Amino acid sequence: MAGFSDKLEYLSYPFVQYALIVGVLVALCSSLLGVTLVLKRFSFIGDGLSHVAFGAMAIAAVLKMTNDMPLVMIITVLSAVLLLRTGQNAKIKGDAAIAMISVSALAVGYLLMNIFSKSSNLSGDVCTTLFGSTSILTLSKAEVALCIILSVLVVITFVFFYNKIFAVTFDENFARATGVNAGAYNLLIAIVVAVIIVLAMNLVGSLLITALVIFPALSAMRVFKSFRSVTICSAVFSVACALLGILISVFAGTPVGSTIVAADIIAFAIFALTGALKRGK
Amino acid sequence: MALLSCSNLSIGYEGKEVIGGLSFEVCEGDYLCIVGENGSGKSTLMKTILGLNPPLGGSIEFGDGLRQTEIGYLPQQTDVQRDFPALVSEIVISGCQNKLGLRPFYSKEDKARAKAMIDKLGLTALEKRCYREMSGGQQQRALLARALCAAEKIILLDEPVSGLDPIVTAEMYELIESLNKNDGITVIMISHDIDAAMKYANKILHIGKHVFFGTADEYRNTQGAFASREGGEA
Repeated sequence: MAGFSDKLEYLSYPFVQYALIVGVLVALCSSLLGVTLVLKRFSFIGDGLSHVAFGAMAIAAVLKMTNDMPLVMIITVLSAVLLLRTGQNAKIKGDAAIAMISVSALAVGYLLMNIFSKSSNLSGDVCTTLFGSTSILTLSKAEVALCIILSVLVVITFVFFYNKIFAVTFDENFARATGVNAGAYNLLIAIVVAVIIVLAMNLVGSLLITALVIFPALSAMRVFKSFRSVTICSAVFSVACALLGILISVFAGTPVGSTIVAADIIAFAIFALTGALKRGK
Repeated sequence: MALLSCSNLSIGYEGKEVIGGLSFEVCEGDYLCIVGENGSGKSTLMKTILGLNPPLGGSIEFGDGLRQTEIGYLPQQTDVQRDFPALVSEIVISGCQNKLGLRPFYSKEDKARAKAMIDKLGLTALEKRCYREMSGGQQQRALLARALCAAEKIILLDEPVSGLDPIVTAEMYELIESLNKNDGITVIMISHDIDAAMKYANKILHIGKHVFFGTADEYRNTQGAFASREGGEA
């Protein structure tokens, strides 16, 4: 038992507390938007944008910027807007456009890091960015504060525009016909998603971000029937899995990002089973 | 005065004209059916009237204080909607969006209106049912209730009976007729079913190679001039 109480002591360290705070907030925000993205068939936008963020981080590293957050944020938001534009013009279809931007950013990012990086452990650096890492355990107070502010903004925006988001998600044409500026709300959704992606990079890394977006929504949809209950359930689901994942990874020494996603997968299986049983009755 | 009058209207996508020179009028209490071949521009016309597509030329005017956002629209179902987790009540009240403006939440009046429309269309027992678990006819009624929430005087229906079985189709037509006759709601409907169009509508707009606008009786008399019936439309 001595080993266990030693590990419990971890929870009193500020860096563990920071990780928990940021993890919960990022999970909450990504799950709120996840419902809309999954229903609008935009599940992969998170994946594409996270690769763009990876490319942007590589550029920031090449430019030797000490604080890469602003640059990464700007580039990711611009890409999100661009992706939604192409989705509407449909010269290159939405999913193809996402795939294109996603792999390009990944390739160019890795290329830049390879050519310019002086780091002795390049593959380690790349692996860290792709799969998340200890970076969530090395957050500074300022980063935690920024994360809290942005998360609060995301939640307020979501609650305030909840009815509009529902209308635009369910039926964009009808919403536009009743005078809702659907284009503006799509833009808003894209920007908020980009912000969440950049925040979530620290938590699970750019390859696993999609899991934070889609698992809560998909799981909630197995069991619940109204838009409101699906939204609330996916928020609770996401926060619970993130908490569980971070705690397990602290105690067992596993990678944070993959542990959270593993928790998501198991919870999804439970929800899918529950849903099947409910319908079977 | 006409509720809606289009003169020399030209419609299309991204600057490419699908059809031009459309002139017609819809008065209060009218039941107008828009018929024509696939790809003749029926849905585009409807989207142009709703302001979703800019007209390429000509004019659309609304009379009697009707505003463009107060038209009840029943669009064709999309893939997204088929497995959408939402209650009937959530969907119906989203028709009150045009009354929200910058308010974020629905008012008591909005909720009462949505409830009244649910009751009117016989959806009371289904109010808390999930949209994706309902039959096609029930889904169409839910979307019609939503359109009525948005509409004061006029509804636009884009193929409201497509994919429904004959019994449900007949019920749907009767429901629309009763809205038109008993509630005085003006109806504009896109239809492939010319027989039903002539049975229920008082005006017909046929678009395609030949354009016709007039009463259902006139249309019946000039039917020989239109190849559509023999053209595999039936």
